[in-house]
Amino acid sequence: MLEISTDNELKLNDILNRYTAEEGNIISLLQDTQDVFGYIPEKSVGWFSKKLDIPESRFYGVITFYAQFHMHPRGRNLITACCGTACHVRGSDRLINSIQTELKLPEGKETTEDGEYTLEKVACVGACSIAPVVIINKKVFGEMTINRLMKELKGKKVEE
Amino acid sequence: MGTGGMAAGGSEVMEAFNREISEAGIEASVEKFCSMHKVGCRGLCAKDVLVDVIVGGKKTTYQYTKPGMVSRIVKEHLIKGEPVADWMVGEDYYSFHDKQTKVVLSDCGNIDPEKIESYFAVGGYEAAKKVLTSLSPEQTIDIIKKSGLRGRGGAGFSTGTKWEICRNTKAAQKYIICNADEGDPGAFMDRSVIEGNPHAVIEGMIIGAYSIGATKGYVYIRAEYPLAVERLRMALAQARGKNWLGKNILRSGLDFDIKIKLGAGAFVCGEETALIASIEGQRGMPRAKPPFPVHSGLWGKPTVINNVETLANIPYIIRKGADWFASFGTEKSKGTKVFALTGKVKNTGLIEVPMGMPLKEIVYDIGGGTNKGRTLKAVQTGGPSGGCIPSELIDINVDFESLAKVGSIVGSGGMVVLDNTDCMVNIAKFFLEFTQAESCGKCVPCRVGTKRLLEILSRITQGKGKEGDIELLEDLSHDIKASSLCGLGQTAPNPVLSTIRYFRNEYEAHIKESRCPAAVCKDLIEYSILADFCKGCGACMRVCSSKAITGEKKKPHSIAADVCVKCGACYDVWVFKIW
Repeated sequence: MLEISTDNELKLNDILNRYTAEEGNIISLLQDTQDVFGYIPEKSVGWFSKKLDIPESRFYGVITFYAQFHMHPRGRNLITACCGTACHVRGSDRLINSIQTELKLPEGKETTEDGEYTLEKVACVGACSIAPVVIINKKVFGEMTINRLMKELKGKKVEE
Repeated sequence: MGTGGMAAGGSEVMEAFNREISEAGIEASVEKFCSMHKVGCRGLCAKDVLVDVIVGGKKTTYQYTKPGMVSRIVKEHLIKGEPVADWMVGEDYYSFHDKQTKVVLSDCGNIDPEKIESYFAVGGYEAAKKVLTSLSPEQTIDIIKKSGLRGRGGAGFSTGTKWEICRNTKAAQKYIICNADEGDPGAFMDRSVIEGNPHAVIEGMIIGAYSIGATKGYVYIRAEYPLAVERLRMALAQARGKNWLGKNILRSGLDFDIKIKLGAGAFVCGEETALIASIEGQRGMPRAKPPFPVHSGLWGKPTVINNVETLANIPYIIRKGADWFASFGTEKSKGTKVFALTGKVKNTGLIEVPMGMPLKEIVYDIGGGTNKGRTLKAVQTGGPSGGCIPSELIDINVDFESLAKVGSIVGSGGMVVLDNTDCMVNIAKFFLEFTQAESCGKCVPCRVGTKRLLEILSRITQGKGKEGDIELLEDLSHDIKASSLCGLGQTAPNPVLSTIRYFRNEYEAHIKESRCPAAVCKDLIEYSILADFCKGCGACMRVCSSKAITGEKKKPHSIAADVCVKCGACYDVWVFKIW
């Protein structure tokens, strides 16, 4: 859990200044927070709420509405599996199934217990012509096969 | 060098070219003969990375280029002047392009999207100049109205009329918003246009702003498109630098600037009123219309919201005239439309064709037909709001009216080809999973209705369907369509209705025989190894994460049904396919 240390307070202040300087809104404020911390720490919401005199509920309303926001830290490796139509008909389900089995992800969980991996499913990354698409740590893999995927995942594990 | 080309290794290939060329010591001639620049997407993504080599004005295009191939291309082609015939694009590359008519995409893939000069060189910003210096807003709107341009985001409303209504609404402040929240799974037209030619969109917005009297613009773009956002940011900065944005543009008295707003991952924000709520920093939930945004939109002010492709058409219409634009397409659907052709077709990619082109030509002549000798089953258009067009209707023309007649829509332009290995019930369920998850929850028919639809579809795919389920689906679908608040709910049942309409027999097979004819639905299939055919290569065993496959080398393997999670990994690597 994030503590509001002086260092973190400086970071939050910085975000707040940008927000007022550029006439931003709650969404851009939260996007910046997530950029800095990797997720939206609960305490940062309380902090912003007091500073801006906007009820916490409005923040939570926005956070829970948009798929982009996370309240918990993500894994060190981020695997994004595209579930768009083109990827679906070209077998993205099978890829996702095998990632889940390989990483031993518990049902309904996105991040592995050791915090190494997060598997995130997204609606469409818009690279449908090279479906199925899997993005591992921002590197886009097109026409992904289970063989290649397993090699990538196992390669990651060896590196550690 | 769009997202697709990057994934296929575009950057690596470019690096390799730079390296090889400098190593070969022909730096001077490189500058002169082949200016290497990044271009946006040029459509045929299936053959990425595509590289053009121009020697003495003669252009040669290479396909599937890998960094390892660059050395030979440089040595044989650039130095000796002999193109490498083995790697050149074949007939199909040209047939893919020959049938197309490019307006919006005419400059995508030829200009460097990161340089404003590159856009100037093909006549960029001339349309804006013409409008700002010699046309009144009313005259501009007239041209757009005459061209017959209809919104490319899905609904197909006349762009000129929309602008006119907003023009005639009196207010001190007005806004123009570019909707780049391309949320339809299976569609990437808008991403490619912004990645390939961001200035065309900006120019379209300047003309729109002048016509309606707006001084502020927003581009609402998905955060999932990092490359498009980056190129747009660059383009905006360049346009500001040349006074195409800012105060008193071209000394015409027009003040106009554009801000980028990043979407936060909500499909419903493609709906106008939800998009406005999101820009205002609230939950992106739609509200009842009227009042329409042209009367009361962003912060209660008159607002025009246009799709990326619509705006990118504007400069070309102004430059070449309304009659020129109206010469393409059908009587009611003018111009061209960009489609993202994907799925089970040979040439996947981005295409632009005149409205009204027969679907058959798109799938077979441009798309090159289905892969691996499979048979075409249907073409899904319009994403989660659209429907499936069965192969029997392949002769229909693709325009707003014709597609509506068969229960589908043009939508934003996603076109997913399905073959005999696709289960139509599963496809319907796929879309419902999506719309159900993306339903904002404000109105009951959509929130609860889509949930119930999904439950019924799920039980059908699990082999637990009941007699009467099909009728129940139809009944519920009609109610949801009639009573939902916004476009999301009103169109969400379309994939269900259209698959029932054309593939009722597949639903019946699932319900009555617990059988999935396409062998897709997990609960209705079982994986086993045919001992007669298994050569014991071990390929399947290696990919099996659940360790369900056992067997000795060179002897038939077997799958333990109780351990198997039916992920299908083994089926995908299976090399001795017998059908």
